[in-house]
Amino acid sequence: MLEPKLDARSFWTLTVAGAVALFGVWSLAALSGITSRTFLPAPWDVLARFAQLTVEPFVGHVLHEHLLSSLQRFGFGFVLAVIVGIPLGLLMAWFGWVDRLVSPLFETVRFIAPIAWVPFAALWFGTGIGGPVLIIFMGAFPPVLINTYRGAKNVDRKYIEAAQMLGAGSIRAMTQVLLPAAVPSIVAGLRISAGLGWQSLVGAELIVASSGVGYLMVKGQAAISTATVMSGMIAIGVIGFLIDVALRRVQLVIEARRGV
Amino acid sequence: MSSPAPARKVLSTLGTTLGAVTVLLALWHVLTAATGFISTARFPAPLEVFDAFKQIAIEGYSNGRWHEHVLRSVLLVTMGFIVSSSIGVTLGLAMGASRKVEAFVNPIFLLLRPIPPLAWIPLAIVWLGLGDAAKIMVIFFAAFVPSVINSYTGVRQIDKPIFEAASMLDVTGWRYWREVLIPGAMPSIFTGLRLSLQASWTTLVAAELIGALWGLGQILNQAAQDIFPAMILVGMLSVALCGWLMTLALGWVESRVTPWKVR
Repeated sequence: MLEPKLDARSFWTLTVAGAVALFGVWSLAALSGITSRTFLPAPWDVLARFAQLTVEPFVGHVLHEHLLSSLQRFGFGFVLAVIVGIPLGLLMAWFGWVDRLVSPLFETVRFIAPIAWVPFAALWFGTGIGGPVLIIFMGAFPPVLINTYRGAKNVDRKYIEAAQMLGAGSIRAMTQVLLPAAVPSIVAGLRISAGLGWQSLVGAELIVASSGVGYLMVKGQAAISTATVMSGMIAIGVIGFLIDVALRRVQLVIEARRGV
Repeated sequence: MSSPAPARKVLSTLGTTLGAVTVLLALWHVLTAATGFISTARFPAPLEVFDAFKQIAIEGYSNGRWHEHVLRSVLLVTMGFIVSSSIGVTLGLAMGASRKVEAFVNPIFLLLRPIPPLAWIPLAIVWLGLGDAAKIMVIFFAAFVPSVINSYTGVRQIDKPIFEAASMLDVTGWRYWREVLIPGAMPSIFTGLRLSLQASWTTLVAAELIGALWGLGQILNQAAQDIFPAMILVGMLSVALCGWLMTLALGWVESRVTPWKVR
């Protein structure tokens, strides 16, 4: 039987027990000396390393500079995905021939993992900013396009007919009927996009970059410094989480305004 | 097809799709090989891609022939995916069924969840090197999170009357899992499995790109180093094809396991 909600006391007891178990096993494993501390650092070693990275440059930059360059790449790729994805989605929803032309190509490209673009990214852009941006774009683009398209396709026909009857041309119908109606779906797509884009960024930086958190992790790996790698994982996790929280805010505000 | 009208519709959709593919292939050929508008040093022409595929299929490239690379990657993903998702689904179902388990596991899970699958790669390499063990670790973490989350929500979305009926009929223990929890959560479990499979495939390719002796990612890596655009594209298309086929296979399993689902 589905149990009733736990009372606050037993909930917190169990939650704390879970956290203690995790960090306890980890600390014991690190302290027991089965493996060396550089190989498996204790939790506090990781925290110390994290703090150290914020003041002492590693591979050229301190941690927040790496983060800043990651965020900048992410911003470029994400914005590019939005400014290509939304108009293309609207065009596909409005013009049948665009849909039939783009769909097969898009379906093929969509199954290519963003990370598989790495060789072309390297070939076309070297280690410049274009490479990571291309890979982020490939990760972030499909959800924007799909959600714009679906949102615009689901618009009630009578609005479109009303607009056409009132003399709206294709462009006005797309920007003033389809686009506003598709906004909730688009915003939901943006959240997925941001998540996938951020993940792709990490992959891109592991291979084609000379700064950024992914790069920091690769260099930490090369130096066999597990604490550095884990600090990078923490930084990536926290920023990814914050991006998602911010977009969820936007989504809730828009949904509330629409009365969804 | 039951009536001629939908059959004709399918044919005409197929026709336009084939037409679009032909147009794109022709356009591609014209832009690259025929006019050189796009230099073939940057993006290969269709015929070069065909030749590159012939080369890898017959003579082999980068330590093996095409089917050997494919088989290796697909096998690794299948193994890692099955191990990870069976643990993940079990844990997710347990978290869904028991609030105590949920409260205990949640802090561990909250820590793992925001870490992107690809971010495990450097850690796996530090710990396990460039061999298969590192790949399996990476696949494990990639596939784990989606399968847990979706199995958990699957249980929580089961209609309340079903739980009430189960408790009234005194269904407990293994029967409760087999006849209430698992079937009830099944659609959501499969949503999770699809995401898991996708994540593990992407992550494996990335891990092979960074360091491996075989596999599709290794083809990509080698082709990038050799500056061999046609082979890069062969690698990318192979990644897409395998990903697509594995998703289809999972869909087939789903239709076997959930015959009651209306499609």
